[in-house]
Amino acid sequence: MPLSNRHLLGMQNVPKEDIQLILDTANTFKEILERPIKRVPTLQGKTVVNLFYENSTRTRISFELAEKRLSADAVNFSVSTSSVSKGESLKDTVKNIEAMKVDMIVIRHSVAGTPLMLTKLCDSNIINAGDGLHEHPTQALLDLYTIREKVGKLDNLKVCIVGDIAHSRVALSNIFALKTMGAKVSVCGPSTMIPKQIEDLGVDVIYSIDEAIQENDVLNVLRIQLERKAREYFPSIREYIKYFGINSQRLEKNKKDILILHPGPINRGVELSSDVADGPYQVILQQVTNGVAIRMAVLYLLGTLN
Amino acid sequence: MKILLKNLTAINPEQNLQEKNIDILLSDGKIAEFAHNLDYDEKNVRIIDLSGKQVVPGFIDIHVHLREPGREDEETIETGCKAAAFGGFTAVACMPNTEPAIDSAEVVDFIKNRSKNNIVDVYPVAAATVGRKGEFLSPMLELKEAGAVAFSDDGVAIKTASILKRAMEYAKMIDLPIIEHCEDESLSFGSMNEGINSTLFGLPPLPSVSEDLIVMRDILMAQYTGARVHIAHISSANAIKMVREAKSKNINVTAEVTPHHFTLTDDALKTYDTNLKMNPPLRSQKDIKEILDALKDGTIDCIASDHAPHSTEEKELEFDYAPNGIVGLETSVGLSLTELFHKKILSLDEIILKYSINPRKVLNLKIPAFKVGEKAEFTILDLDEVWTVNKEKFFSKSKNTPFDKRLFTGKAIGVCNNGKLLLNGEIVF
Repeated sequence: MPLSNRHLLGMQNVPKEDIQLILDTANTFKEILERPIKRVPTLQGKTVVNLFYENSTRTRISFELAEKRLSADAVNFSVSTSSVSKGESLKDTVKNIEAMKVDMIVIRHSVAGTPLMLTKLCDSNIINAGDGLHEHPTQALLDLYTIREKVGKLDNLKVCIVGDIAHSRVALSNIFALKTMGAKVSVCGPSTMIPKQIEDLGVDVIYSIDEAIQENDVLNVLRIQLERKAREYFPSIREYIKYFGINSQRLEKNKKDILILHPGPINRGVELSSDVADGPYQVILQQVTNGVAIRMAVLYLLGTLN
Repeated sequence: MKILLKNLTAINPEQNLQEKNIDILLSDGKIAEFAHNLDYDEKNVRIIDLSGKQVVPGFIDIHVHLREPGREDEETIETGCKAAAFGGFTAVACMPNTEPAIDSAEVVDFIKNRSKNNIVDVYPVAAATVGRKGEFLSPMLELKEAGAVAFSDDGVAIKTASILKRAMEYAKMIDLPIIEHCEDESLSFGSMNEGINSTLFGLPPLPSVSEDLIVMRDILMAQYTGARVHIAHISSANAIKMVREAKSKNINVTAEVTPHHFTLTDDALKTYDTNLKMNPPLRSQKDIKEILDALKDGTIDCIASDHAPHSTEEKELEFDYAPNGIVGLETSVGLSLTELFHKKILSLDEIILKYSINPRKVLNLKIPAFKVGEKAEFTILDLDEVWTVNKEKFFSKSKNTPFDKRLFTGKAIGVCNNGKLLLNGEIVF
């Protein structure tokens, strides 16, 4: 059964069957990643453009590897090396890329809604690699995959997303995808970092990290932005670490068995102490590995739809 | 040439007038006769039958951006006036955020000259502070003498309470209002209303309290100084409640609302259509309910379009990068007749108050009357005409509207002013 949409713009309204299909397909690709020759000819002859308007190392590399391992031709287009600095509009850039006969565009952009805009500008399959404060669907899918791999299920699982929810596209995609799969989702962070009316999405809001640890099976810990602008949202890093940081004493005091995810890159000593970031509960590097498998699954399922 | 318009229903709440089967003889830009059953067989009288149509005092849109001088690629005084006339207006008040800003008598003169002999009267709203920068008062006395009808730093609120206080005190001396775009600068980095939808759509939020804070500041300052303040494009339920309370205390405050703020909510932004990006942003259903109540009970005095032309190139940008605002002159009356009159929110008398009588009171302008010997300045309405918006046919240079292809019931089919008559899309004389 194919996917119900020819683009992956977000996890909102993606049906359970589609998520299931992507996760199951990723299983197959993960096996391939374990082989000595990590390449299949599935997308041979297809061209994928990674159109990155915002700095990203790991997401771009993960997509690029996924594309290459499917034998697609992968082209990178980054803002600093492109004609964008010469003032070309997004519309013109996309029209030019399309004129070079590409099949899929992976886009990251700091403005929400830009991937949707692309679907109206060209015929390629569009994959959202993160748009503004909106969605980052492949991150949510790889998080779900990793949780399912470790715990064995998603249904009725209690998952808390911790940190700067308001300035995160990972949070929203996780909330949609997890709820679709039957998980109970909560968020935990300073109140200035909780977006307005998030409770309306059927999400509990917790302000105590100890409670979040006690009540949940999984913590998905987000990166805290440390630059000056983001710092206006909380008084000090010291206070953040004291009241929202996760360290092993805190984990042991509250509960023993918990799974900790982090989309990376980690601020060691801030949202996660080093002993937790390298400790027994975390699955951070597995997430990175699974990210390639998930992106292969998405590229494959979309690239072979037509 | 004389023109005889026959069988109109004439309505003017200011004159307590509501008469059917009225004939109007126009001559030399004036109402030569106004009576039942006028008959002329003279050769030089053109007779036009307008049975079933309403004639009302000329509509005025007191919040438009004509973009000239500065952005003539988006709109000019000529194209803006044409859009106004075809939209049913005999007058507009244009905002000062041009380049250069309307902060000197020379720019007011320029606009007055450019709009001379036009069917649409153009009333410049001058900047309250030099360059709209919020530092020094604009030369208000000179600006008034040149023809400015109000003062505003529209686009932004007057920057600080201290310059606002002086602007109000100075404007009060000449009995002109301060028109305020109410937005707290320190809260204004978002691109849509803050709420469940900004959370869902991931767009940076602009909280309604940003509007409320400045509305409250301005009301308090109007009370303190005794000056008149007019709240532009009010959109937040809380702000409206503050205006209602202020009016009950006889503070000199008036308010306008745009048609898009009572017809659309931020739900529509799920398409990320940049033609839905405006400031103040589209708000919630709760805000619309308060707006409709306030239109009915008189808290909101006027309907104004905030006509804001932008080039297609600019509106085709990513959502956060696209400029705020939509064109409104050619959809305003249709929207209000469809959404307010036909849905029985407002009576026709009330529509006329919002579009003709109250805005002129805000700006101290003479209200057109149906009287023999008076200047003929009126709008002709067909309340039942069903029509579809086609942005390609707009007279405005810009096409940035979210209402393209929308079906309306009710239309302004003609306007008469300054010795000119436009009827059914044609210039009669």
